[in-house]
Amino acid sequence: MIIAKLAYKSLLNRRASVLLTLFTIAISVMLLLSIERVRIDAKSSFSNTISGTDLIVGARTGDIQLLLSSVFRIGHTNNGVSWKSYKYITSQRGVKWSIPISLGDSHKGQAVLGTTLDYFSHYRFAKKQNLTFNKGRPFAAINEVVLGSEVANKLGYKLNDSIVISHGMGNTSFHHHDDNPFKVVGILNPTGTPVDKTLHIPLAAIDLIHGGKASLEHEHEHEHDEDNNLVGHPKQITAFLMGFNSPLYTLQIRRNINQYKPEALLGIMPTVTLKELWEMLAIVEKILLLFSAVVVLVSLLGMLTTLLANLSQRRRELAILRSVGARPWHLFTLISIESLLTTLLGCLVGSALYYLVIFSAGGYLQSHAGISVNITMLSYYELGLIGVIMAAGFVIGLIPATRAYFYSLSDGMSIKA
Amino acid sequence: MINLKNVTFKWHKSDSSPTLNIKELVIEKGEHIFLHGPSGSGKSTLLAILAGINTATSGEVSILNQNLTTLSNTTRDVFRADHIGYIFQNFNLLPYLTPIENITLGCEFSKSRKQKILKQSSNKNSALQKEAIRLLNALGLTAQYHHKDVATLSIGQQQRVAAARAFIGSPELIIADEPTSALDTNNRESFIKLLFEQAKLSNSTLVFVSHDETLKPLFNRSIDLINLQEQV
Repeated sequence: MIIAKLAYKSLLNRRASVLLTLFTIAISVMLLLSIERVRIDAKSSFSNTISGTDLIVGARTGDIQLLLSSVFRIGHTNNGVSWKSYKYITSQRGVKWSIPISLGDSHKGQAVLGTTLDYFSHYRFAKKQNLTFNKGRPFAAINEVVLGSEVANKLGYKLNDSIVISHGMGNTSFHHHDDNPFKVVGILNPTGTPVDKTLHIPLAAIDLIHGGKASLEHEHEHEHDEDNNLVGHPKQITAFLMGFNSPLYTLQIRRNINQYKPEALLGIMPTVTLKELWEMLAIVEKILLLFSAVVVLVSLLGMLTTLLANLSQRRRELAILRSVGARPWHLFTLISIESLLTTLLGCLVGSALYYLVIFSAGGYLQSHAGISVNITMLSYYELGLIGVIMAAGFVIGLIPATRAYFYSLSDGMSIKA
Repeated sequence: MINLKNVTFKWHKSDSSPTLNIKELVIEKGEHIFLHGPSGSGKSTLLAILAGINTATSGEVSILNQNLTTLSNTTRDVFRADHIGYIFQNFNLLPYLTPIENITLGCEFSKSRKQKILKQSSNKNSALQKEAIRLLNALGLTAQYHHKDVATLSIGQQQRVAAARAFIGSPELIIADEPTSALDTNNRESFIKLLFEQAKLSNSTLVFVSHDETLKPLFNRSIDLINLQEQV
């Protein structure tokens, strides 16, 4: 009891250097927790991008390339899937649902995706969550568009706004289809996935956009006159997503697709390919982890330095304690309690700073990196990390404590004021 | 009370002649002893041996019929904390504790000294504090200073705190190592008289060390270390 009181009073007496040590630890705890949280949430955001889809089918290319282009809108495929093949494959037994997607156009740098109404009922992300509307409804006419939350936010679009979609990717497309304005009829809730950065239009509208250009190349005037069908008669789509009645069909149909004669197609299972992709990025993950570990190590070494430097200044104080009857193990306990108290407070302050950071940086990460950071209670893993830091701080505190243990009593008798 | 026989002490085994060489020293219970001698005569060494900080190279040192030379380090630590109050030349007060806290520290590490105070008191919670306040008042430090920062006290005031810390819990032996060297003559005498009073009250033996022989008449017995040391 008296030892705890002495530790407290002594710490208070040296508050300047103690506070510095405390802050070093706090900052390292904050960094470690933040980096770990971003690392874990990046991973989960990543694997949450798409869920509930059993197979993605596109023109033959690499597995990862197909995943990147169809789900992440990164890169683009030169070839597509013919509408005929799509119809044929999705009419197979066991296919529960399918979503055709057509990519390649953009609006002010945001991807435009042509699809059917099935998209809004079957597309799932995270833990099999459906897309939900913040405002409005799915498109019902060919010239209507549904915006991802970020598109609406970033470009400041509201319901009933009129927007123009250009052909090709990028901001500086010359080929604007000014004659085909779209009306915003729905805005989706944020998902933390590329859906947020996407404009969704009916599949038929993709043809409409390209109509002017296409008509120069080949004749299809008959095709979209008065055609109000949302699907239209596309020749080609970029890819399509499929869900099956039973997982048993997945492998079978995938094999059939990969051996499909009329066209060179590729079917991938998104969960498997996501995992492969993440494994490629694992080095980044490991470097992040290494960084945070080094940060903690440095701060603990900083604490050791401070403790040892303080110890020689405190030789007299410790000697006085010895001279009034404190025994070596009292001093040992005193120093241990002090370092434990410093680490404990450091961890507490660090956790508070950590919440401050994720609270203030969460929005930025969401909008700029697509990582949705959840503000939740500390997980067992994070508590474990803090536990490890506390233990390490305690062990490091034993070094000066052991030195204090061997401080001789005659110090107290002879050191002059 | 204190019994030294054929005690020698060498700092290093290889030293040719011992720093201390005492054939016999006997101090009875309740005596107030003035131990004097010029610098370098071995006063500090003798005190360190009496307090069990250093052990005699040879001979027998017994205090309260306990032979210190045969005790282990830990037992000696406990023995010192329980039975010896020490007033240091430089007071050795902890700067971050108040005077009262500094004084109670003297019995926080000794069960027997704490028990002595608790036995006499009805209120167990504040018994130590009350005793510390009683001692400070008796030694002439008024209440207004009791909770002040130790560092702001004058030398004389700090000395009273240091003395109160030695006396708390009534240890059998009080050793005072040149506690008056920073005081002027008048203050010295009044301070020593206060020490006598407390020593009588707590029934303690007092060993007072100084090189200032003008204080000698105040004590009922004085020992000259030069005469005590056996010439080699």
